[in-house]
Amino acid sequence: MSSVLEIDRLVKRFGAFTSVDELSLHVNEGEVFGLLGSNGAGKTTTIRILCGLLEPTSGRARVLGIDVAKEPERLKHAIGYMTQRFSLYDDLTVIQNLRFFGGVYGLKGARLREREAWAVQIAGLEGKQDLLTRSLPGGWKQRLALACAILHQPKVVFLDEPTGGVDPISRRRFWTLIDELAGSGVTLIVTTHYLDEAERCDRIALMHASRLVAYGTVHELKDVFAGRVMLEVACARVLDGQALLEREPGVFEATVFGTRLHVVVADEQQGRRQVTDALTRAGLAPVAVERIVPSLEDVFIHCIEAEEARRRAS
Amino acid sequence: MSPRKVWAIAKKELKQASRDPLTLGMLLGLPTVMLLMYGYAINFDVRHVPLAVRDLDKSRESRELVAEFVNSTYFDVVSDVAAGDDLDRFTERRIAKVVLLLPEGFSRTLERGGSAGVQLILDGADANTATTVLGYASALVGAANVRRIQARAAGRLDLAPIDYQPRVFYNPELKTTQFLVPGLVGFILMLTAVLSTALSVVREKERGTLEQLRVTSLRPSELIVGKTLPYLAISLMATVLILVAARVLFGVAVRGSYLDLFVATVIYLIGALSFGLLVSSLSESQAMAFQVGMVTSMLPAIFLSGFIFPIRAMPQLVQALTYAVPARYFLVVSRGIILKGGALSEYTRDMGFLVLYASVVLTIAYARLTRREV
Repeated sequence: MSSVLEIDRLVKRFGAFTSVDELSLHVNEGEVFGLLGSNGAGKTTTIRILCGLLEPTSGRARVLGIDVAKEPERLKHAIGYMTQRFSLYDDLTVIQNLRFFGGVYGLKGARLREREAWAVQIAGLEGKQDLLTRSLPGGWKQRLALACAILHQPKVVFLDEPTGGVDPISRRRFWTLIDELAGSGVTLIVTTHYLDEAERCDRIALMHASRLVAYGTVHELKDVFAGRVMLEVACARVLDGQALLEREPGVFEATVFGTRLHVVVADEQQGRRQVTDALTRAGLAPVAVERIVPSLEDVFIHCIEAEEARRRAS
Repeated sequence: MSPRKVWAIAKKELKQASRDPLTLGMLLGLPTVMLLMYGYAINFDVRHVPLAVRDLDKSRESRELVAEFVNSTYFDVVSDVAAGDDLDRFTERRIAKVVLLLPEGFSRTLERGGSAGVQLILDGADANTATTVLGYASALVGAANVRRIQARAAGRLDLAPIDYQPRVFYNPELKTTQFLVPGLVGFILMLTAVLSTALSVVREKERGTLEQLRVTSLRPSELIVGKTLPYLAISLMATVLILVAARVLFGVAVRGSYLDLFVATVIYLIGALSFGLLVSSLSESQAMAFQVGMVTSMLPAIFLSGFIFPIRAMPQLVQALTYAVPARYFLVVSRGIILKGGALSEYTRDMGFLVLYASVVLTIAYARLTRREV
């Protein structure tokens, strides 16, 4: 598998603020690549650099072999980009939006008509061509925005938080569309903060406070707990319980998860006993302990906390 | 630049404009409404001034002089003042703005060849009107004198009569609307052209569609031309509407060549539209673009262009400022073409400044809009 996107020690500073700090990663052809992180983690900045809209401060990024800083104009012919807000013209109809973007991409004649028909079909807007875009529900708008962004059949497509503010059913439909595109050989880079969406990506990169803190397939990432066991613990006063368990030898991590604690230990039997005893002794009974499979959220919390600890240390 | 892509943008702009009756109404309707408002409101002409007359002489001569005032249509006799009436009463209660007093023995003095006195009492509260009225009255009395002298000369001394015939060129009746129409065209076009382009670009910024367009292979020049052309066309339509309205409502006809006027207007509009682009590059929201656009286009076009206040009467520093106001040059050219029937070739200096303005502003706007974020 060849890589269509390579980022090497990419840095972007806005004045004193570093938005992207020494980011290095690559994306393979036909992959659905998830770029995750909270707001302000540097996802959108990264995407905008990769689309040639922002100049990097240092480092290099190549998309389909094109240096994004040096040849942004050549790059634009080869990529598609769907911005955070579905950037359609609300006051134009579905078909007018498609014709407009087609015209802007330089499509004409039979090719334009063929792509229009294709776009209407994938967006599920047959028979709705003459509706004003304003009147469409969010899910339809989102699929139309995607169709507009890929009318010119780019090999690489960037989707910046494509599912923001869309209902769960539309979100699922949208992901089916993403999978279909990937199946036809298109490489997609998707930013999101939904973890269920991250699970659908072939590989993911997690950014936290401008840095890459986790990177790989979902399976690989879950390996951070390799050889260890995660227990879900219910007890009275979870915050006191967490403080107590963090100091307990043999407990690697204790994190609050809603009304419960997720505790990482080396061995299931020994861990259960230790946790139950410590909490009961401290008067935090009743205690219930259950072994669970770590979720992606556990992985991310682990990675982010490890990164914060590293920063505090340095 | 690909004409197909420019056309795609222009077509989209027009479709959006046609769906937005408010904007279209503003661009096409507002100019005519403004012409109406300003045309009727800014009127320095004084007519039908209420006049009270106290004619104590009651002779043929005295009646002739009063008739002279009435026939001029500048004055309407509203009241006759009797001998004992308090004169202040008329001006204080604003029954009349002017009182004309003809003393007893007016005609007798004239018969004797002496100089008969006539008194004019004037309400000076509105200084502008008073000055104008005074001018009219003096001119009327002067004309009457001229006629008397002519009659006397013809009858007794056989001297050639003094043929006093003042003539005013270009705007023979010195009507202010005539003078104002070219200025209004300049001012209205400036306002609508700047606002329409500025708002159309900033709207795309606000909605995020500009970002979407910037990732397409669209060149900035294609985007700029595509966005400007429709508004150029709409502004030209507005110009036609203003000229038609000026013709119908105020009888202002274009004396020069329409082609000359068209060329001058297009160059002026390119400057104004470019300025709108510049405003859009400085504004993040439509509200801000609107404010910036209003202040920077409307105020100079009214106050610093010579539209209402003559530039020569301004302080030196302000005069220097007016060189940066394109409406100043357009005003000279459009007044020349519309009122005097002048040709464009007579205004090379002003046209040169308009071309210079358009190229400088367009260059800056282009640089600002195409600059990549760093």
